[in-house]
Amino acid sequence: MDAEAAAALGGRWVGRPVARVEDRRHLTGDATFVDDIRTAGVLHVAFSRSPHGAARIEGIDTADAEQAPGVHAVLTAADLGDLEPLVPRLNRPEFVAVEFPMLAAERVRHAGEPVALVVADSPHAAEDAVELIVVDYEADEAVGSIEAAVEHDAPRVHEQLESNVLLDVPFADDPEMDDVLAAAELVVDAEFSSGRLTAVPLEGRACLAEWERGGQRVVLHTSTQIPHLVRTTVAGVLGLDEHRVRVVAPDVGGGFGQKCVVAREEVLVCVAARVVGAPVKWVEDRVESLLAGFQGHEQRFDVRAGFDADGTMLAVDADIVADVGAYSTHPFTCGVEPLMAATEMLGPYRVKHYRCRTRAVATNKAPMAPYRGVARPQMVLAMERLLQKAAIALDLEVDEIRLRNLIPPGAFPHISATGLSIDEGSYHESVELCASTLDLPAFRERQRAAREEGRLLGIGVSVFAERTGYGTEAFAQRKMAITPGYDTALVRMDPSGSVLLSVGTSGHGQGHQTTLAQVAADRLGLTPDRVEVRQGDTDATPYGWGTFASRSMVVGGGATRRASDLLADRLKTLAAHMLEADPEDLELYDGEAVVRGAPGKSVAFEQIARLAYLETHRLPEDVEPGLECTASFDPPGTFSNACHGAIVELDPETMDVHIERYLVVEDCGVMVNPAIVEGQVRGGVAQGIAAALYEELAYGEDGQLQNASLMDYLVPTAWEIPPIEILHLETPSEFSETGAKGMGEGGTMGAPACIATAVSDALAHLGAEVDRIPITPDRLHEALREREQA
Amino acid sequence: MKAADFDYYRVDSLEDALDRLTELGEDAKVLAGGQSLVPMMNFRLARPAALVDIMRVEELRGIERDGDVLRIRAATTHGEVEHAAELEGGYEVLRAAAAWVGHEPIRSRGTFGGSLAHADPTAEWCLIAVALGAVIEIAGPAGEREVPAEEFLLGYFTTALEPDEIVTAVRFPARCRRAAMQEFARRHGDFALVAVAVALPDDGEPRVVLGGVGDVPVRARDAEQVLADSPDSFEEAARAAAAEIDPGADLHASPDYRRRLATTLVHRALEEAVADGR
Repeated sequence: MDAEAAAALGGRWVGRPVARVEDRRHLTGDATFVDDIRTAGVLHVAFSRSPHGAARIEGIDTADAEQAPGVHAVLTAADLGDLEPLVPRLNRPEFVAVEFPMLAAERVRHAGEPVALVVADSPHAAEDAVELIVVDYEADEAVGSIEAAVEHDAPRVHEQLESNVLLDVPFADDPEMDDVLAAAELVVDAEFSSGRLTAVPLEGRACLAEWERGGQRVVLHTSTQIPHLVRTTVAGVLGLDEHRVRVVAPDVGGGFGQKCVVAREEVLVCVAARVVGAPVKWVEDRVESLLAGFQGHEQRFDVRAGFDADGTMLAVDADIVADVGAYSTHPFTCGVEPLMAATEMLGPYRVKHYRCRTRAVATNKAPMAPYRGVARPQMVLAMERLLQKAAIALDLEVDEIRLRNLIPPGAFPHISATGLSIDEGSYHESVELCASTLDLPAFRERQRAAREEGRLLGIGVSVFAERTGYGTEAFAQRKMAITPGYDTALVRMDPSGSVLLSVGTSGHGQGHQTTLAQVAADRLGLTPDRVEVRQGDTDATPYGWGTFASRSMVVGGGATRRASDLLADRLKTLAAHMLEADPEDLELYDGEAVVRGAPGKSVAFEQIARLAYLETHRLPEDVEPGLECTASFDPPGTFSNACHGAIVELDPETMDVHIERYLVVEDCGVMVNPAIVEGQVRGGVAQGIAAALYEELAYGEDGQLQNASLMDYLVPTAWEIPPIEILHLETPSEFSETGAKGMGEGGTMGAPACIATAVSDALAHLGAEVDRIPITPDRLHEALREREQA
Repeated sequence: MKAADFDYYRVDSLEDALDRLTELGEDAKVLAGGQSLVPMMNFRLARPAALVDIMRVEELRGIERDGDVLRIRAATTHGEVEHAAELEGGYEVLRAAAAWVGHEPIRSRGTFGGSLAHADPTAEWCLIAVALGAVIEIAGPAGEREVPAEEFLLGYFTTALEPDEIVTAVRFPARCRRAAMQEFARRHGDFALVAVAVALPDDGEPRVVLGGVGDVPVRARDAEQVLADSPDSFEEAARAAAAEIDPGADLHASPDYRRRLATTLVHRALEEAVADGR
């Protein structure tokens, strides 16, 4: 073994498309999701949910349900005693806190809100009994849209409040704004809007609660992204010390943000299990998931943007409203979308003048959680369409106007108009590579010829900066009462020389058991198969924030690397003692500590570990037993970037949008595992295309969800998603320990704008365009008809 | 999404099936693949007290071809129809239509007769049955009877079938070389926003049938008349079809957009029906 050669290799495992250790169990059906956990004597919960968007509860009669076969308990708000509601908070004066009740008591505020629960022998029996619960509802007028919510005499979602506005922040002001716009060569004035979405994880929410030690301690298995925060919340609501609550996230079938807030069902299942004195399970079905699962992305942007004659974007004046549904959710609150939109609106474009008002508006719909992308799909849509409108007016090509406005090479870090520091990325290069790969001039030629035949071809481009690895500082600026950010890793080598890596992040499909092991393996000089990654069990992992906001590879990966380095130092110290060498001269490679330049002078990890655990009498005097190191990491955040490009063809008769080509040029710094990066890009783009063309929760003004099934909520299938070409650029981050930048959400951020600009390009010669997503054939038909009539 | 309680009976012969249905009365439903009924039961939109599963009744399965006549027994799956050699020589349109029926897993379980008895007005087989003038063969306690498809399909999920009767087969009396189906759905495998089946028999009246525009498959009689008078006037026929229908609105399509689709799809179906190779 050649230590010099080993050192020269540097990252042996980071950067390689190592096969996911998770794949085998997922592909063979051997994974353990909550519903797969076999528990003797388990009972099942079903919820009675409001059929109304808004109603007063005049009475609840549970007598028949209690007598139904197999029923063990029926609980309503009256049975919950002094169980406190959650009151998610932002510590800012513009924020209005509202209670998020566990079970609705006097009022229901959205269809699907839980009013009562039944515990029974089987899910069937529980659902049968739910039908026997008689709730006397007095329907109220509901608030079904942003427009209805902000009307002067609108009904109130929360009757005690003066309005439906839960957050109203004059986020940024610019005294020169009006003058700049007045003097601008071109002012584009437009409204952009996006439909309400839900994440549709393959596994819906699910929990299993079991009290042990005579009711002294509860074990909650739950399909969550944030096990520690669920523990803190459940313990708080139940008034328990946290050591009396263990939360376990087993295999989790996707979350996309829907499971990064605490669900009331998670608390209620614990309560129900205590009441009946038996383990209790609830597995959400698809109707519940669509109706009562957390939602998001319904936003409206009223924007004016000023340009000078060469296409330079001078100023952006935005009024942003997010429809946040009936309640704030814990811990991110209803501020998550509007504040994100206001802070990051400008993306990677150098715009000097920025003014923004941002609001969160309550409606009688299921509450919002931070769904993949969080406001960035919408603001990228707004920015890219503004640029497209200007480019058409000023006769500029899609790449020209973007290159004119993007942060150029050498201008990093760029401080945005909202004070964000954008670290180095490949903005210009990504646009140039996208344009050359799609061969813009050749496309324009083809487009011209196609138009002459009556065909509708269009090209779209979107460019964005994806802020990832938000640290404590970034969340503190939002003024969250609970402030996430850091994360922690514990690395422990056992007497056999293999490693247990225990992390506070909580992957749920991202392959962290593979990628975090790659990071640790490189620092410790062993193979990833000797590193077992443990996550998602609050009894077995350091307190951490879980997995959301594209944080885990930056924050958890950083903590892993730091902890691994501490352990590496410790291994070297012990090896130096054993080899009578200087620790500085030691390298770790292939499971051994080797003296640099002295081949053959080495000691295997097993021998070091034996000393550290089993022969501690031979340790140096000042060295403690064991091989265990913990480290935390709290980054300032780092920006990935990408340029998406698409060529679409519209059927001029049916108005169907066919995506002929979809290209992603992405830069997430160091790719720990390129195969996983590409999987994230493809999945994200698929969800972005879903938002662009297919999915929308259709609420009526009465607060009724009109498409609570996958027959009508159109999740696209593999048939609808085109092949996605991916090209990589690599600008390592200065701010993550590994050089990696987060990249879990970029696909969803770029795709809606890319498709919308492509469709608008296809229609440009007809004078039609699209500023609302999803873009449906029905709406395109309407747009063209209006155009013809005009 | 768990079905309400129900009893399940599996029968091995048509006679047993009829006896069971008579015995169980109005609350029993025939289970013939269950690709529509079972989801409706899970949503609790359907609550039959009992199901009589006819999938193991041999005499209700299979396809026969006798010259001009094609007979598809009720419990034959969509997939079996799709791959049947008996379609050669005049019934190829069924193969093309089968590809529109849901997805492969649905086609491997759902049945031809089940689809007719379910009577979704957008279902491919309902349109094809009307377009090709099929006859529905029915058995009941009083014996057998036959009803033309057009008279069998009465409304949304409503047919001329009595609760104690069973569809035993669908019989197509005459081949039609020049026939085609077109539809438009938002996603592959979805029920169409508008579906169109056309038949231009060599020695019979042309038929133009639309789905998704009413509570039954709708014959566009004006369009048919245009074609009867002037067999090549596809564009005019398409316009006539769009003008005479009265489609409703739903989440995915306005009446006006459905008319646009009708124009396009009728035109495309007619072009396809006379395309080379037919």
